[in-house]
Amino acid sequence: MTQSNNPASDVSNNDVIITIKDLNKWFGDFHVLKDINLEVRKQEKIVICGPSGSGKSTLIRCINRLEEHQMGQIIVDGVELSNNLKNIEKIRTEVGMVFQHFNLFPHLTILENLTLGPVWVRKTPKKEAEETAMFYLEKVKIAEQAKKYPGQLSGGQQQRVAIARSLCMKPKVMLFDEPTSALDPEMVKEVLDVMIQLSDEGMTMIVVSHEMGFAKTVAQRVMLMDDGMILEENNPVDFFENPQHERTQFFLSQILH
Amino acid sequence: MAIIAIDKEKIARIKPPVIKTGVIGWLKENLFNGVINSLLTIIIFLFMVKFVPPFIKWAFVDSVWFSTSQVCKECEGACWSAITKNFRFMIFGIYPYELHWRPFVSMLSLFTLLYFTYYRKYWSKTLLYAWLAGLVAMAVLMKGGIFGLTPVPTEMWGGLPLTLLLSIFGLTAAYPLGVILALGRDSKLPGIRYMCVTYIELIRGVPLISLLFMASIIFPLFLPEGVTINKILRAQAAIIFFTAAYIAEVVRGGLQGMNKGQYEAADALGLNYYQTMRLIILPQALKIVIPPTVSVLVSAFKDTSLVVIISLYDLLFAAKTVIQKPQWNGFSTEVYIFVAILYFLGCFSMSNFSRKLEEELDTDKRS
Repeated sequence: MTQSNNPASDVSNNDVIITIKDLNKWFGDFHVLKDINLEVRKQEKIVICGPSGSGKSTLIRCINRLEEHQMGQIIVDGVELSNNLKNIEKIRTEVGMVFQHFNLFPHLTILENLTLGPVWVRKTPKKEAEETAMFYLEKVKIAEQAKKYPGQLSGGQQQRVAIARSLCMKPKVMLFDEPTSALDPEMVKEVLDVMIQLSDEGMTMIVVSHEMGFAKTVAQRVMLMDDGMILEENNPVDFFENPQHERTQFFLSQILH
Repeated sequence: MAIIAIDKEKIARIKPPVIKTGVIGWLKENLFNGVINSLLTIIIFLFMVKFVPPFIKWAFVDSVWFSTSQVCKECEGACWSAITKNFRFMIFGIYPYELHWRPFVSMLSLFTLLYFTYYRKYWSKTLLYAWLAGLVAMAVLMKGGIFGLTPVPTEMWGGLPLTLLLSIFGLTAAYPLGVILALGRDSKLPGIRYMCVTYIELIRGVPLISLLFMASIIFPLFLPEGVTINKILRAQAAIIFFTAAYIAEVVRGGLQGMNKGQYEAADALGLNYYQTMRLIILPQALKIVIPPTVSVLVSAFKDTSLVVIISLYDLLFAAKTVIQKPQWNGFSTEVYIFVAILYFLGCFSMSNFSRKLEEELDTDKRS
């Protein structure tokens, strides 16, 4: 593995926010994550790519305990993930997640989708939560849709709402699980633009994605996962232009046709 | 490659085709579009020619409405007098005649409350309090014993008020209990899960009649001497427990239909189990299962007539009593038609309400 030394890096402090040590996970007999080690610093942006079934989604889903790991350690912002429900809840409030299929709540309006977490989890007063929600809706350029229901929005709009919903919780880290894979090609850019803007504002981001342009623009480190392992990690320029591992070379040749 | 020429004027000019159908066209389209449909149309038409006019003649032309039973016996048509002459008995059963205004006022306030509940715009805390106050007032009116009202023992309650009482309380209590059982059946804790499974399977495995018998005959044997629990209450409990088991399975179906992503999104926001269920999962799952839920509730409403077997005098029993009177013997058709209409009105309003609710809760439609 090559050490990241991207000169364009805007990582000004080296505080580690996520530590993953010797992480192992099985689905039944299937060893899906094999001895993963990863440190993420504050404000760092990491893009993980790899073939389907390589464990990349499972890895980021372990970080907010949507999946339970069986061996190893995950420490987020000084709190270790274990069976301790308090810790899980604490970490989940600090870590936002954006899903491939948006997973907005279809029975609630856009505004209600955004205020739900702050009001019920953070116990923010409703009025304040609504102000915050409108602030983030403006940010993702969708404020005029606040009173509509998710089913009335396009895929790209829904995904932007989903991002805003996570931001309303004021998370320290954002996880993106293939945020553009379920979108029509025309709508990919509007979502990526929001993510780039978020990155510029200094959010710590771990993104599972095959969007090369995005990775080149924002990532400090790009990783390739296959068969439950991180096989290669590098700054985006070297990762895409000069891949070392033959698996990476093959993978890139497959997606850059 | 070239840009394709578009005739914008033409596009603006063309209109959607108007479907022209006269009476003949409509008939052809809807009644005679094919051999089988034509055949069915003719059969149904002949059937109606044969049976509808005689029925109208019997029910409306030759019928008597406010006569004595003697006149009825000599008349060809329907004897609706069997109902009009026994109306108060059929509705109120053996409740003391001069006190009929009390169940009447109770039912009136019940219908008022139901009317406001029908429209979602009236749903509020006030309505909830009105329900609570209304139910207490109804109980006081029916039972008496305070405010100078003559006490009426529950053994004398009967007819429509009893049917409504058993249904309204039965359904409103069974629904939340069913939801809790459904959640319990999906619980991660094996103790709770097995308890709920056992309950649901046991209750669903026996007919309501046997539960009613158990409630009325076997259950009191286990009570210490001197302790009695009101018979209506016991029947009520049996109906609640029975209906809840069916509701539970319907709701479980809705829970299983939920997308896993909804749970994950709720988890990712940090909502706990109760918040997830209450705010995210149940509102959606319960909405999906409105149609089967209403089926369960409608059949529970009709099943309240089974309380007859433990000698509670509900609407159907009061009707039967009328037919058994010597002078009205033989007019069962009219009496049963009347009872059927009342039951139908109840069931139809329920399904109507559910359809309206479904439409109003539909958030998928584009506006």
